[in-house]
Amino acid sequence: MQTLFDKIWDSHVVKRREGFPDVLYIDRHYIHEVTSPQAFNGLRKRGIGVFRTDQTTATADHNVPTKDQHLPIREALSRHQVETLRKNCAEFGVELYDLLHPYQGIVHIIGPELGLTLPGMTMVCGDSHTSTHGAFGSIAFGIGTSEVEQVLATQCVLQYKPRRMRINVNGQLGKGVLSKDIILYIISKISASGGNGYFVEYAGDAIRGLSMEARMTICNMSIEMGARGGLIAPDQTTFDYVKGRRFAPQGEDFEKVVAYWQTLKTDEGAVFDKEYDFDADDIGPMITYGTNPGMGIKVTERIPTLEELKDISEHASFTKSLEYMGLKPGGQLLGQKVDYVFIGSCTNARIEDLRLVADFVKGKRKASGVEVWIIPGSKQVEKQAQEEGLDQVFEEAGFELRGPGCSACLGMNEDKVPAGKYCISTSNRNFEGRQGPGARTFLASPLSAAAAAVTGRVEDIREYI
Amino acid sequence: MKENFKTLTSTVVPLPIENIDTDQIIPARFLKATTREGFGDNLFRDWRYENGTQPKADFVLNDSTYSGKILAAGKNFGCGSSREHAAWAIYDAGFRVVVSSFFADIFKGNALNNSLLSVQVSDAFLARLFELVEADPQSEVVVDLENQKITLPDGTSESFEINAYKKACLINGYDDIAYLLSLQGDIVAFENKN
Ligand code: SF4
Repeated sequence: MQTLFDKIWDSHVVKRREGFPDVLYIDRHYIHEVTSPQAFNGLRKRGIGVFRTDQTTATADHNVPTKDQHLPIREALSRHQVETLRKNCAEFGVELYDLLHPYQGIVHIIGPELGLTLPGMTMVCGDSHTSTHGAFGSIAFGIGTSEVEQVLATQCVLQYKPRRMRINVNGQLGKGVLSKDIILYIISKISASGGNGYFVEYAGDAIRGLSMEARMTICNMSIEMGARGGLIAPDQTTFDYVKGRRFAPQGEDFEKVVAYWQTLKTDEGAVFDKEYDFDADDIGPMITYGTNPGMGIKVTERIPTLEELKDISEHASFTKSLEYMGLKPGGQLLGQKVDYVFIGSCTNARIEDLRLVADFVKGKRKASGVEVWIIPGSKQVEKQAQEEGLDQVFEEAGFELRGPGCSACLGMNEDKVPAGKYCISTSNRNFEGRQGPGARTFLASPLSAAAAAVTGRVEDIREYI
Repeated sequence: MKENFKTLTSTVVPLPIENIDTDQIIPARFLKATTREGFGDNLFRDWRYENGTQPKADFVLNDSTYSGKILAAGKNFGCGSSREHAAWAIYDAGFRVVVSSFFADIFKGNALNNSLLSVQVSDAFLARLFELVEADPQSEVVVDLENQKITLPDGTSESFEINAYKKACLINGYDDIAYLLSLQGDIVAFENKN
């Protein structure tokens, strides 16, 4: 009896020896401009090439501007990194979806939408949110630059196998509650370090009922509880999503591979090192108040007081965090003023997210004084939004639909939230300075962000739908 | 590829100070370089130089009495920040082994990943090592990696622990990528099978 994680991992081990890390074969390697240059340098020094160029895909996302993408990048360091990626990909023969290419976008958005990410695969990228791809029933995790070099050189990476955790969510989700709320809820319960050393399988009927895009949001934030990655067993929803995508197996090949994918599940009675059960009925729209993703509450709840914290050792960091956020212990977030709304990132910038937002804001206008950025996850999402007329809806609401990229998720490009300003964000990290020096981030679902855009305050979305 | 060794016989540079942290090993202001080379010159920079440039005669790295590929240091070596540069600096300065009676975890990992062997011995053994080296700076210590044994000039020896994988890397002169490249046959066979 094996878990799904064990099945995929073990079938990708090229060599296992006592006391040695596993030599794990990687089916697909995604690279981007920030974590690859030193790795390519390493290959050059050794005089070797990329071992499997056809299993390697590159894009420019972290540093790219989201306005005027046809112009040269203004910021010197960003420009240099993107140019270095171009040079490296050309020299080593790696496919690059560069700025303005119809397939360009955030690496974790384009893999699934192009059918490069498939069930049963092992996938890595020099980026922690590689866990996103686990939504297809695959093992996907982030690696460091020295490991990027390992994979470029040999299509393998040295890894000690993590432990297994299962998180079951059963029951009925309430209205206005999205998969983003599920994952923020889970992290608030088990903490930002509760998944350390584990690889998580998400299961239960509330997870089964989610679309592929909603599942990706959950797996994406596995890293925010410290886990190496997260996965969800593939099912009909998965197969339907993959079918017909650009690089997915087609026709007869597809039917054949689906027969195999159907075997990808955890055996009845397989044992996990740790298991949690959550009740979907208890989950409401969530929001974070602090500076790590575990500091989340239901939007209707109050921020905890010092006395309510279970762990006394957390007092100092809790106080520091609230000071940074300009909030008070025991205070309420409902009604809190926001200055910026960021709808984007590999967590929530897929077409479904944009549709939800457009549906909600149709015929409404943004509150005055609030700046709203909608950053599609990819060129394809952008195009689809235009074809469906979502861009019109956004324009009429006073929202700005920009070009694709990571943008204000990490503020490496020009999209930064100014110091002291509050931003409700659909991204995944609320660390100090993450969205710009001094910026204050509330993590929430795209619907909660849309509601805040319209009123200029933190709202309970359930009162508006 | 790094140098390989099964056995290293060398004189020792003694630094009998406890709790040497990575800020002392390589001060933060030297971390800006983008390559892994060239850090050796700044190893123990602030202990080595007066006003940043004048060598301090009494510091062991400036004392020609002592030389060698083995650095022996007091308990809890490499504590503090996790900077990998500390291991790069020690390696770049020509050391291949550091002996102490305790190493900070992250330093130990960083050192092994950069072909620098950390040998952890008992307090008494370390004290004896310092005594013997001070009595005769030309006396040699033998580090036998294959048998995981360290022997002092007076013949006393102790065994030490090391992760089997890292041991194989050091003995064969492999780093992680060299190790993987050596398995290319297995990797291609794996691809063909699947
Ligand atoms: S959108 Fe944010 S979290 Fe996702 S890859 Fe880009 S920077 Fe990382």
